[in-house]
Amino acid sequence: MTERYVLAVDQGTTSTRSIVFDRAGRLVAVRQREHRQHFPRPGWVEHDPEEIWANTQLTAAQALRDVASAPGQVVALGIANQRETTVVWDRATGRPVVNALVWQDTRTGPLVEQLAARPDAGLVRERTGLELAGYFAGPRLRWVLDAVPGARARAERGELLCGTMESWLVWNLTGGTDGGVHVTDVTNASRTLLMDVRTCRWDPDLLDFFGVPAAMLPGICPSVGVLGTARALPVPLPIGGALGDQQAALFGQTCFAPGEAKCTYGTGSFLLQNTGTDLVRSRHGLISTVAYQLAGEPVHYALEGSIAVTGALVQWLRDSLGLIGSAAEVETLARTVADNGGCYVVPAFSGLLAPHWAGRARGLVAGLTSYVTKGHLARAALEATGWQTRDVVRAMDADSGLPLTALRVDGGMTTNNLLMQFLADVLGTPVVRPMVGETVSLGAAYAAGLAVGVWSDTGALRRNWHRSAQWSPDPRRVAALDAAYPEWERAVRLSIAWGERA
Amino acid sequence: MPGTVQSIERAATLLHAIVESGGQMGVTELAAAVGLPKTTTHGLLRTLLAVGFVEQDPRTGRYALGAGLLGLGSRYLDANELRSRASNWADSLAGRSGCAVRLGTPAGPQVVVVHHVFRPDDSPQELEVGALLPAHATAVGKVLLAGRPAMARALADGPLEALTARTVVDPAVLLAQLQAVRGRGWAEQRDEYRLGTGGIAAPVYGPGGLVVGALGISGPVERLFADTARPALRAMVVEAAAAVSRELAS
Repeated sequence: MTERYVLAVDQGTTSTRSIVFDRAGRLVAVRQREHRQHFPRPGWVEHDPEEIWANTQLTAAQALRDVASAPGQVVALGIANQRETTVVWDRATGRPVVNALVWQDTRTGPLVEQLAARPDAGLVRERTGLELAGYFAGPRLRWVLDAVPGARARAERGELLCGTMESWLVWNLTGGTDGGVHVTDVTNASRTLLMDVRTCRWDPDLLDFFGVPAAMLPGICPSVGVLGTARALPVPLPIGGALGDQQAALFGQTCFAPGEAKCTYGTGSFLLQNTGTDLVRSRHGLISTVAYQLAGEPVHYALEGSIAVTGALVQWLRDSLGLIGSAAEVETLARTVADNGGCYVVPAFSGLLAPHWAGRARGLVAGLTSYVTKGHLARAALEATGWQTRDVVRAMDADSGLPLTALRVDGGMTTNNLLMQFLADVLGTPVVRPMVGETVSLGAAYAAGLAVGVWSDTGALRRNWHRSAQWSPDPRRVAALDAAYPEWERAVRLSIAWGERA
Repeated sequence: MPGTVQSIERAATLLHAIVESGGQMGVTELAAAVGLPKTTTHGLLRTLLAVGFVEQDPRTGRYALGAGLLGLGSRYLDANELRSRASNWADSLAGRSGCAVRLGTPAGPQVVVVHHVFRPDDSPQELEVGALLPAHATAVGKVLLAGRPAMARALADGPLEALTARTVVDPAVLLAQLQAVRGRGWAEQRDEYRLGTGGIAAPVYGPGGLVVGALGISGPVERLFADTARPALRAMVVEAAAAVSRELAS
């Protein structure tokens, strides 16, 4: 039997990557292209959707060409995308009416404060399982409708379409103005503040609350299931699945059973725990989100803890303080000392997300004495990632009643051994890294491959998962860090109090 | 005070002359600038060319400073940086070969493991990052010894410890093996560290062309050295090490 491959497009914040995987889940070809970041005003972050669409076509065609002579055939396309980034475009011309508003963009802050002051604002948390925050897509859509002259009327007449990045790509891939399919996957839809997380349908009351016309919204589809045929590639391929990038990583890590969790360590970090087909409402500052849905099956839910700044703190040590020449060197610097010297760094650069949701909190370095060196600072910066993970895990254990038995990790920071050992010690559980670090793309490939029968079921995917490294907790360190945890919590309270002074 | 070595002094003068010219110089020009006969200058330049300290424009035949010289001054390669750049390729090597992967760098006369990827069979394994390995008895060690003559000389002076009956303990035999490793670009060991296990490794080069690490697989001898598997495994290791070198150069 000839080999069958699956193409995954990972449309990320800084670049678009097209990766081909084989049936064993091994990477066969990779192509990548970065796109421009537009910062028109402080706090505004935009991407050009047409540039991203061009990069998608280009890298996908290159990756397909890379494997053209290989002994196999590409049989499906899966998409993973940067979440919450919002595109609004003209149905007739296919042109975006404004640049995409990126998930890091904070322009909707005042709008969200206004909305939150309304007496019916409690509706949002109740229906969506999310916090009413500018981080999600709905307020961005509202901003576009308010800011672009005539947009609301045109949206009501069905002349404008909207969606997150996967909607934009699927619509273009399937023909664009010539019969493009206008859909979104249920994981992405669950992050808009517009969908009822129990019924997985657009909620009329929420559309009313945010002032978004139903006519412009895409149809909500399962994450795994054929959405249409990508005709805009050199080889037409069925689009077998789409997922938000963090949900794709959960899928790529094969966390299919309730209680299984993964954390992706990048610029920020995102811990998702599968809670099965039951929606678990957080009472401890996490959000309830859709994990994935296989066509014809019930939705699987997840609890999510989003941490805004983890790797970004290391970048800050490098770019703003010049303490290190490259991100990896933070480990070398941190190893020049044996501990944090009593120093704690709370990286609340633009507030704190889960489990605190304190938008006004600001960063601080606590415990400075003349004893503290840059080595201690580097160590405290790495530990901040561990402490923040502990905050989220503690909330997750309390909410789900499914205590974490091991944490599956991926992302760039997992090559940092000091951090990975600290994580195992601070959580008191083993930390496990899988063989394929590209879990986001792998998850998208798995979704698409399942839809067209490359893999028979999720059990077949599990058999592809292998451990590449494991860090086990050291009981003495676990006890010492348990004793130090209140210090971290005190530092977090101070950073929140500092932001509230104004 | 002992006298200076004339040829080194002259080579330095030539390099200074090229720097002062601000660009490229021909051999006649250089000979005049340093006050040496053209044949002597030419001989010095040929040696400098061979070690990469100067480069010759193939079109004009004129000389400029070489990349090897620039590499000398570049920062020492951080072991954690090396791990982070090698990680994807080490994972893929483990996935394809089915073997555990280690990336080693020199630590005195020994090898320190800076990255370790488990054998992909989900059996219990301990992470060995930071562990020291004997250089003369491991494939990664032999690659480093072959690329770092000073390290090899230091080792060949002392007694070589016999870890198994198959460990190479005769310095002359080891030096001959290292010569062969340099020539073909990979090293092997079979039963030399622990009976029943073997290893295959290849060099990772830094941007300046220096061997900065050795990437290798290890596993049961009957699996690694089976006639059907051996050439393919060797090719995978060499390819993965070359990919890491390219990553470091970019």
